[in-house]
Amino acid sequence: MDFTYLSLTELRKLLDKKQISSVELTKYFLERIKKSDLNAFITISEEQALKQAAAADDYIASPGENPFLCGIPYAAKDLFCTAGVRTTAASKILDNYIPPYDATVIEKIKEQKGVLLGKTNLDQFAHGSSGETSAYGPTKNPWDKSRMPGGSSSGSAAAVAAGLIPWATATETGGSIRIPSSFTGVCGWKPTYGRVSRYGVIAMGSSLDSPGAMAYSVEDLARLAEIMAGADGKDSTTGQAMVPAYSKNLTVSLKGVRIGIAEEYFLEGMDERVKQTIQGAIGELEKLGAELVKVHLPISAKYGSLVYAIVAPSEISSNLARYDGIRYGHVTKNASDLMEVYTKSRAEGFGDEAKRRIMTGTYVLSAGYYDAYYKRAQKVRRMIVNEFTKVFSQVDVLTAPTAPSVAQKLGYAANDPLFGYITDQLNIPSSLAGLPAISVPSGFVPAHDDPSTNLPVGLQIIGPQWGEQKIFNVGYAYQQATDFHKKHPRVDSGK
Amino acid sequence: MLSKDEVKKIASLARIELSESEVEKFQKDLSTVLDYVDELKKVDVSGVDEVFEVTGLVNVQRDDAAIVSDTHEGIFKNAPEMKDGFYKVKAIL
Repeated sequence: MDFTYLSLTELRKLLDKKQISSVELTKYFLERIKKSDLNAFITISEEQALKQAAAADDYIASPGENPFLCGIPYAAKDLFCTAGVRTTAASKILDNYIPPYDATVIEKIKEQKGVLLGKTNLDQFAHGSSGETSAYGPTKNPWDKSRMPGGSSSGSAAAVAAGLIPWATATETGGSIRIPSSFTGVCGWKPTYGRVSRYGVIAMGSSLDSPGAMAYSVEDLARLAEIMAGADGKDSTTGQAMVPAYSKNLTVSLKGVRIGIAEEYFLEGMDERVKQTIQGAIGELEKLGAELVKVHLPISAKYGSLVYAIVAPSEISSNLARYDGIRYGHVTKNASDLMEVYTKSRAEGFGDEAKRRIMTGTYVLSAGYYDAYYKRAQKVRRMIVNEFTKVFSQVDVLTAPTAPSVAQKLGYAANDPLFGYITDQLNIPSSLAGLPAISVPSGFVPAHDDPSTNLPVGLQIIGPQWGEQKIFNVGYAYQQATDFHKKHPRVDSGK
Repeated sequence: MLSKDEVKKIASLARIELSESEVEKFQKDLSTVLDYVDELKKVDVSGVDEVFEVTGLVNVQRDDAAIVSDTHEGIFKNAPEMKDGFYKVKAIL
């Protein structure tokens, strides 16, 4: 039987009815992962996975209801600390790091008896939008292996899209869930900042980092959100509000729902066919009963990426100061004194992109420049927050293209220090404001550089803070009326 | 454009050793990023307070209760060098 591309609800039914065991399912997906040549995984945790699966099968065999994720295989972006399973952040500086503890998200999945099959590839320390800055080589896009899957959650997106795993965790700081979801045609959820605990997720920009998920449908995302979200004593920035039963509240009709369209999000110079595809998707939402409302986000659109280009590296330079070669991670063999332990270990361990961001942050935070750069950026960030607050007093959600283009060729991002800030410009402003968003597949267009290749386009739905239910409802209604999320790449075995 | 000395100063503050060719590369890269953000200087931010967190949480506290956090073995396993239960580092003075 073919178990690829089944929804989590379908897998739950098969496991509950004992039509398949978790061990069988685990072996099935491990086989697919091993055969794949997408470079989507950095570490495969086969031994632990089979143990977890056997334990899940025991649990299922005992009387009583099973937790939703019990026995279902998943993969974690290699930015989530996993007890006893190597966690690299796709960097050489953490090449040998084995966390002694689980991230809160991983712990919650473990409580449900979900089965971790491995750790997925990403841009190094989640710095990037292409997947190319990984120290373990770029991930390939299953729709066209000569293309990038987008980043930084490149491996999670490629693995889900190629049917190597039914779902995966991901993280976003400014586009890292939405972009790869769009480029690979999967559904991705970037939570409200603080909705999901950051504890145990290797830090990038702590005022922005949002752990989330990728799967085949908005319904699956809503189920996952119920499990992943919630206050955490180990992350004092998590929201204290109860987590709603998102999946039970999903609605089919959009009658009475006000959807904002900001013309600034339909950029001058962006791929025309992407624009048309998104306009088509918005037309579909209107047919489902939604009222379309024109709104404006001029400051967010114009200055969002610039603010991010200061704020994110600032937080990165602070967060990555901890890699010193003393307590864990790579240590140089060529140091003659303590200072050289620091400078050489960091020189050898970090890739160019991490170095670039650390140094950018160090510069804009340094004496004499702080007011001109960081302080000013945080003021403009306030203006962006205010702009969104005003818009969400008029509408329930915003819709826009997720990305200005479809997947580019691998190598396209190389040596362009601005690639990410441009690619992520439709995601960054809402990240700066801490807003939740999803990207859902909404069509295919021919690649601009190769008309014979059709590539997925993502529709972005952005909500107000804690407005997960609103974005899930719009996405769910859209997926009841369309089947773009059920289209999958033809993946040959590769070897 | 940043000078080479400025790049070296930044790298030293960031504790990253750079080769001469890297100094040149990052001189270009960092200057590109700084040029890119330059336009922010045109925004009128008078009367605007900077934002440091976005969800409005204030002073989240937990009970002052001890919990067992018995992971020292796992933590020390990751250390490059240990001696007698301590991290071993090069002489500082």
